[in-house]
Amino acid sequence: MSGIVSYGAYIPKYRIDRKLIYKSMGWLNPATFMPGEKAVANYDEDSVTMAVAAGIDCLTEIDRTGVDAVFFATATSPYAERQGAEIIATALDCRSDIRTADITDTPKAGTTALLSAVDAVKAGSIKKAMVCAADMRVGKAGSAQEEIFGDGAAALLLGENDVVAEYAGAFSVSYDFVDHWRSAGDQFDQQWEDRFIRDAGYTRFIVEATEGLAKACGIQKTDMTQVIYPCLYAGDFKKIARTLGLSASQMITPLLGQVGYTGTADPLMHLVMALEEATPGDKIAVVGYGAGADAVLFEVTEEIEKIRGKQKGITGHLTAKRELKSYEKMAAFRNLLHTEKGIRGENVAFTAFSTLWKNRREVLGLVGSFCEACGTPQYPVQRVCVKPDCGAIDEMAPYRFSDRKGSLFTYTGDNLAFSPDPPAIYGFVDFEGGGRFWFDVTDVDLEEAKVGMPVEMSFRKKYVDEKFGIHGYFWKAVPAIRRIS
Amino acid sequence: MAEGIKDKVAIIGMGCTRFGERWDAGSEDLMVEAFKEAIEDAGIEKKDLQAVWFGSCMDEVNVGKSATPLSLALKLPYLPVTRVENFCATGSEALRGAVYAVASGAYDICLALGSEKLKDTGYAGLPEFSHNLGTKNRLIFPNMTAPGGFAMLATRYFDKYGLSPDEGKEILAMVSAKSHKNGAGNPKAHLRKEVTVEQILKAPMVAWPLGLFDCCGVSDGAAAAIVCRADMAKNFRPDPVYVKSMQIALSSGEEMMYTDWDGTYVKSAVKCSARAYDEAGIKNPREEISMMEVHDCFSITELVTYEDLGISPRGKAGNDVRDGFFNLDGKIPCQPDGGLKCFGHPIGASGLRMMYEMYKQFQGKAGERQIEDPRFGLTHNMGGFPAMNLISVNIVGL
Repeated sequence: MSGIVSYGAYIPKYRIDRKLIYKSMGWLNPATFMPGEKAVANYDEDSVTMAVAAGIDCLTEIDRTGVDAVFFATATSPYAERQGAEIIATALDCRSDIRTADITDTPKAGTTALLSAVDAVKAGSIKKAMVCAADMRVGKAGSAQEEIFGDGAAALLLGENDVVAEYAGAFSVSYDFVDHWRSAGDQFDQQWEDRFIRDAGYTRFIVEATEGLAKACGIQKTDMTQVIYPCLYAGDFKKIARTLGLSASQMITPLLGQVGYTGTADPLMHLVMALEEATPGDKIAVVGYGAGADAVLFEVTEEIEKIRGKQKGITGHLTAKRELKSYEKMAAFRNLLHTEKGIRGENVAFTAFSTLWKNRREVLGLVGSFCEACGTPQYPVQRVCVKPDCGAIDEMAPYRFSDRKGSLFTYTGDNLAFSPDPPAIYGFVDFEGGGRFWFDVTDVDLEEAKVGMPVEMSFRKKYVDEKFGIHGYFWKAVPAIRRIS
Repeated sequence: MAEGIKDKVAIIGMGCTRFGERWDAGSEDLMVEAFKEAIEDAGIEKKDLQAVWFGSCMDEVNVGKSATPLSLALKLPYLPVTRVENFCATGSEALRGAVYAVASGAYDICLALGSEKLKDTGYAGLPEFSHNLGTKNRLIFPNMTAPGGFAMLATRYFDKYGLSPDEGKEILAMVSAKSHKNGAGNPKAHLRKEVTVEQILKAPMVAWPLGLFDCCGVSDGAAAAIVCRADMAKNFRPDPVYVKSMQIALSSGEEMMYTDWDGTYVKSAVKCSARAYDEAGIKNPREEISMMEVHDCFSITELVTYEDLGISPRGKAGNDVRDGFFNLDGKIPCQPDGGLKCFGHPIGASGLRMMYEMYKQFQGKAGERQIEDPRFGLTHNMGGFPAMNLISVNIVGL
């Protein structure tokens, strides 16, 4: 049996009320108004970091050495060359004898990555494959895209054992349908007329793929417990359901009003949401749209109960939120505004990639040392044990801190240090089980920070070196988010 | 058996420039200014010097690396000149090098000179730290500054001793107000203005909970000392000052990576001062130390240092502050010259500047700031952060 073994998701904590966007930019294009709120990646997040967060969520209580492939689906990778999947695999502390790929260029890439992983597992060349899909698409100030696009990520682990949702079939259609495009080097999407997108593409391809799926699997559409497809236009979202003859219970409530349209991650985030509520026997169809469509069918198994509630998932992340009260802050985070950085912000220390290579597991994977002589975990990697009455030399084993919880030992909010979101908050984390180090703290207001506050680690963008085109990643502490259970 | 350096070396001449935003002067000017005062004070000539220690921390971004900036500025005649750098204790390290060289018997007369021209780095505060951390640490250390590094000490201290931010900040404000009062009367100090506790509390926040007046001045300046064998010191002057001990202690990594340290004190300062007292023969520092210049880069550092030096009991330094114990007319005047807070903090010069004040006090030349009949003077210099640092504790006397 092949299928989904585990699932996870990530939604950035910042949410902005769309009224605030409209209040700031609605004068330019009064027709852009949309209700609800959307998720906004913090200044130190991007598609890679969100994919890592979803990946960690998906791998809760799962042995990471069992992962044989990491596929990263995104249309917004921070690098044009330097594979996102490899950064993600290193951050997740996966083995190095694995297969990695970025699957990109269309929002459909999320489901295409899923199918590639399923096929690899079914072929037997890969035992467990991880799919992380994340997008952080940026609309121009005052555009409808600025209102619609939200940021988020989903991750699925595919395998042969302990399958919670069995793969039951797929049907894809591919067209060079140019509803939107972004040339190499461009910051923003361009798009053709909405009527064309709706009538010639969106309402046709999803229907074509779903009907093809039913036929391929030899079932009726009415046999599908749920049919998941992205909501690009509220009216046409319902029109597709009518065309397919779906009942209300077969339709999902889209996250458009809470998160926004998250591109490649969108169908997979909704799939995770469905799995969180699913019961054994459910047949869930998920359709990814963009330059055609992929439709994939899964049948939920008894195993689903065993992993339910272990992840934060969509439900957990939806409740963990901070209100972003300033449109200008969002615009500055996305480089729509050129803000004053001062000499500290402009003067970025160079990145020694040779140093990063030597220490990649330590830096990107947050793997430190465990003294086998005295049992003391320590970060960063040490050769001489830090415990004063031990001091053993070269008796260290690797020890991963990224999935350890901790508490904030001390902290400050620094107005002198450059931060895109001052004050720069940082402090010491004492890890459960031992170990202490100093880290930046993010996703928190200074007023909320307290000595002893429970924290967990989050993979973040530490700096951007614009001169050399470098996105530097490391781990920061964030307030611990509770799991659903 | 090692016998230490107690009473083997004397200071016979010192110089110190006016500290401040010296837009009028370059590093070479500052070095010459401090040197000129020191040799005139010692009554010696350049040719009498046998070896030189030069301290500069960040000035390497201004005058460059190595000891050549000093040997060229002073036209030292092919002397052995060593440049030292040990964070903010750089000035004390320069002096320690010269003192130990004389104590070893290798030389009779040596010069130590520390200099720093921070105002040519372009930064308010110290220059961006990430550049100085090394290629690996810059990838993993937080986006921090000096005030933030020390603010974390205040956060812990307030938490452990149950002080609300307002109560804690008031004690810290009293520490700074005392130094401003002392500095106001010092013609060589950078910040010569008295400020009230109320003004300090209302100042803008730099790194919570530390406000602007919890932070020391960022200054240009230089200071120098001429040291010689103790047995020849009175050939130069009737009132030399004798070195009792010069100790340093560095973090082991324990504070940063192991979870025993409670974050309310500086572990190496405790170790370092214990060694210094032992060498100087001091049993009860609270009774025996007459005056101190401690490394008050931030008000919290000074408060915690009172405890680390064994002067105030743990958690009780605030009581001594309220009682005026460290005021100029108190039991142990601290920062009589204004401290880093008001005299200013040109890093490479600061340790020598502290010693300059002790030296002048012992000679009865401190004017309005004169402390009556001092016996032991202590300087304390700290580099790095509370969790990763080096401490210098030096004791001098008659």
